[in-house]
Amino acid sequence: MATTEVRPAAEEPEHLEEIWEDDPGVPGFFSTIDHKRIGKRYIYTCFVFFAVGGIMALVMRLQLAGSEHTVLSPSAYNELFTVHGTTMIFLFNTPVLAGFGNYLLPMMIGTRDMAFPRLNAFSYWIFVLAGIFFYSSFLVDSAPDGGWFAYTPLTDKAYSAGLNLDFWGLGVAFVGISTTVGAVNFIVTTFKMRAPGMSLNRLPIYVWSMLVFSFMVIFAVPAVTLAAGLLELDRLFGTAFFVPKAGGSTLLYQHLFWFWGHPEVYILFVPAAGMISMIIPVFSRRPLAGYLWVAASLVAIGFISFGVWVHHMFATGMPALALSFFAAVSLIIAIPSGVQFFAWIATMWHGTVRFTTPMLFALGFLLVFLLGGITGVMVAVLPFDWQATDSYFIVAHLHYVLNGAVVFPIFAALYFWLPKITGRMLNERLGHTSFWTMFIGFNLAFFPMHILGFLGMPRRIYTYSSGLGWDALNLVVTLGSFAFGLGVLLTIINMAVSHFRGARAPDNPWEADTLEWATSSPPPDYNFEAVPVVASRHPLWDQQPLPVADSGPDDATRAFGPAGAHEHTTPITGGLRAAPETTMRIPEPTILPFVFAAGLAVFVVGLLAQALVVGVAGLALGMVGLAWWVWRIGEH
Amino acid sequence: MSRLRHAAAFAWVLASVLALAACSGSTEALDSHGSESRHIAGLWWLMFGLAAAVYVVVAGFIVLAAVRGRRGKPAGSRISPSMFIIVGGLVVPTLILLVLAVVTVTTTNALRKPSDDALRIEVTGERWWWDVRYPGRQIVTANELHVPVGQPIEIGLVSDNVIHSFWVPELAGKVDTIPGQRNVLRFTAEKPGTYLGVCAEFCGIQHAHMGFRVIAQSPGAFERWATAAATPPLQPDSEQTAQGQVLFQRLPCAGCHTVRGTEARGKVGPDLTDFTTRATIGAGAAENTPKNLARWIREAQSIKPGSLMPDLTLSDDDVAALVSYLQSLN
Repeated sequence: MATTEVRPAAEEPEHLEEIWEDDPGVPGFFSTIDHKRIGKRYIYTCFVFFAVGGIMALVMRLQLAGSEHTVLSPSAYNELFTVHGTTMIFLFNTPVLAGFGNYLLPMMIGTRDMAFPRLNAFSYWIFVLAGIFFYSSFLVDSAPDGGWFAYTPLTDKAYSAGLNLDFWGLGVAFVGISTTVGAVNFIVTTFKMRAPGMSLNRLPIYVWSMLVFSFMVIFAVPAVTLAAGLLELDRLFGTAFFVPKAGGSTLLYQHLFWFWGHPEVYILFVPAAGMISMIIPVFSRRPLAGYLWVAASLVAIGFISFGVWVHHMFATGMPALALSFFAAVSLIIAIPSGVQFFAWIATMWHGTVRFTTPMLFALGFLLVFLLGGITGVMVAVLPFDWQATDSYFIVAHLHYVLNGAVVFPIFAALYFWLPKITGRMLNERLGHTSFWTMFIGFNLAFFPMHILGFLGMPRRIYTYSSGLGWDALNLVVTLGSFAFGLGVLLTIINMAVSHFRGARAPDNPWEADTLEWATSSPPPDYNFEAVPVVASRHPLWDQQPLPVADSGPDDATRAFGPAGAHEHTTPITGGLRAAPETTMRIPEPTILPFVFAAGLAVFVVGLLAQALVVGVAGLALGMVGLAWWVWRIGEH
Repeated sequence: MSRLRHAAAFAWVLASVLALAACSGSTEALDSHGSESRHIAGLWWLMFGLAAAVYVVVAGFIVLAAVRGRRGKPAGSRISPSMFIIVGGLVVPTLILLVLAVVTVTTTNALRKPSDDALRIEVTGERWWWDVRYPGRQIVTANELHVPVGQPIEIGLVSDNVIHSFWVPELAGKVDTIPGQRNVLRFTAEKPGTYLGVCAEFCGIQHAHMGFRVIAQSPGAFERWATAAATPPLQPDSEQTAQGQVLFQRLPCAGCHTVRGTEARGKVGPDLTDFTTRATIGAGAAENTPKNLARWIREAQSIKPGSLMPDLTLSDDDVAALVSYLQSLN
């Protein structure tokens, strides 16, 4: 990099904003391809789904607060737990992590957008349209009611005749497109768009985690798309892949579902752990201990998690020898988590911890994930699982993992990165109150469920009789869940207050080490006027002032400096060391990704309604959008 | 202040763990009266001991690591970061997991072993009740299994509809009933008593009311029950009962239910031949009393919404006759 020079703070180039800004108003809303606007939109949309799914959980807890309550009818209860689970997995946890990735990853690696900005917009539109499609089931009084896992034959036409399960099957297959194209985008962005000098061993751990997330998505999601797709073929067109009476196999469905379903747990956990690996070092004022160990653990989890799916099927009567293999792998996967755990402990041990709100959520995460991890090891022990599976012990375990070990990091990330995103700080005192309310509520809500499992309470029952001794603990669970909900509400209030009255956030309010903190808060549309040159794993700690690149004369280096930003381009780099390769032109805002996504949504509605005209019209619209999009790629 | 809060949080979590230990002594899955549940309870207490130790030690490290920098102590420490990771993250977990792997395999091998002198019972998961048959003994009943104490039991589990899961926590772990295959659960009841069972796999609108009981008896008592259960009920001994039988066969009842030795041969609902001996109606939906039975006949849909038993519109006399007849079946 002969052209590298250390530059003082760049003078504010006003006309750069014009080059990068979106169209105003409604057309701009549908045509934006800015990764930050899309990422922000992802995060906020997901929080709406999180709130809706959470309220459903609270209504269920009212029904279960005591024996034989009649808050909900049996069918309403079954709809609520199905929609709650499906929402939290497909419409909150997975997309919110993708949303943070969308916002943060390009800035963390020092580029101006994602590799495929239009695909990125498409991914968001598919996600939100799939969510709307799924929830529209309530409008026609046909919310899915077969459980979030939708086991056949219960979900076959013979036992679930209404549209309910079609909303589930088509919705799941549809939203899978969004996750998959998003993953492709993350991988290409990480490999081809890192700032010069950001070799793989200088990659922030969070970027490693998104890389693992993305590869896992690409291998796992096709399985659930297949499961949901074949289920829909059975339901809509009378095939019999999963219909035992016609020679199909219901266990095949379970294998397909869990071949995605268990990696999915780690698809959620890996980026959450990646966030924690960014936050703990910043608030311990020292680099993460065991960087290579942690990166290797994430990769190891990615591989091992594909060998554990059968532990969801220990009670299906498969031969003990086969089950033992999956029990062993399910034990082994605890080791990379243990390694990360002690890397975090060592980081704090050798640092000086600041108890900010993000750090409190990180510490809360450690304490609840520890318990969720321990019970995870327990349920890998085959004979114990015969007792535990499908009881409230599992409900406890899965919430310690998916709510504790994923939602706590998401809240930590929210308090950590929202100042960068909005340019305004959140209130620390309200944040502390929110954390403690959530932490105490969480444990009150989910810890007693372990005991209820031992007391023989099975999952997914809409009521229970009084003689079983389950009343008192269930009341505690309900009170705890409302406390947790109150804690979440406090954070939402905190966000709202911050939006209007929050203190202005400096560029790097937490004295953090990675590149996203090198830009202003909120960042300019182009992220970096000139791309930083990285010579350390912790550029903002080790490279003061941060050197930036200047534009060279050739294609390989033209986009590095301010000239690149002026030309609406970003550099492409490659190899392990992110050496300059070429220049990528960032496309102009376009409505075509939305058109393509909307066409597919209409096609899905046509399938649901078995309306040929609607289906063909949707497909045609989608294809026109796609063709036009592909046509215009040549222009850039 | 923050340190205090952390200490408080830690104490709270610890207290919760201990509360689990204290509560578990009288709980069902751990209050084991069967060979399999006894093994699993033993396994649980081993795992609980390990888990409690791991939790206390690791949580202790977390809290200590978080607060030690606040005492103004510089970051120097004799434990290097790699030591933490290698010992805490790699070596110790590997050793614990090895122990668990060994007990997993030995416990699995000790359980569900075939036995030559096992008593065979065939159970079918229905929506939403359990069909129970004793091959070679002419016994067909529902929602109640009688088993002799001390003799190995082999339960064949099938379904011709959706997936259910057979779970009696005090006796054994779960086994699913899966359409298209026959699964087997083997255990030995070790103490006489009545053990409650539930369906553990979500199976539709009345998954919550798919309870059953296992009545473990001394071998002598079991044989007396088996002989009685294999005998068709006596002919009605009162006018009302006789009228009830006529009604039962004329109304839709007989289309769905069987009473052995009579014209009623329906296959949809439970066999009612020994109805009076059963503790509940509707697989645990209500206690088996004449009052509840009358209500069940009239408004099953409000007791167990979505159940396949329809509400019947009948006169008071007809209901009384039906109740009288059903109460005579034993």
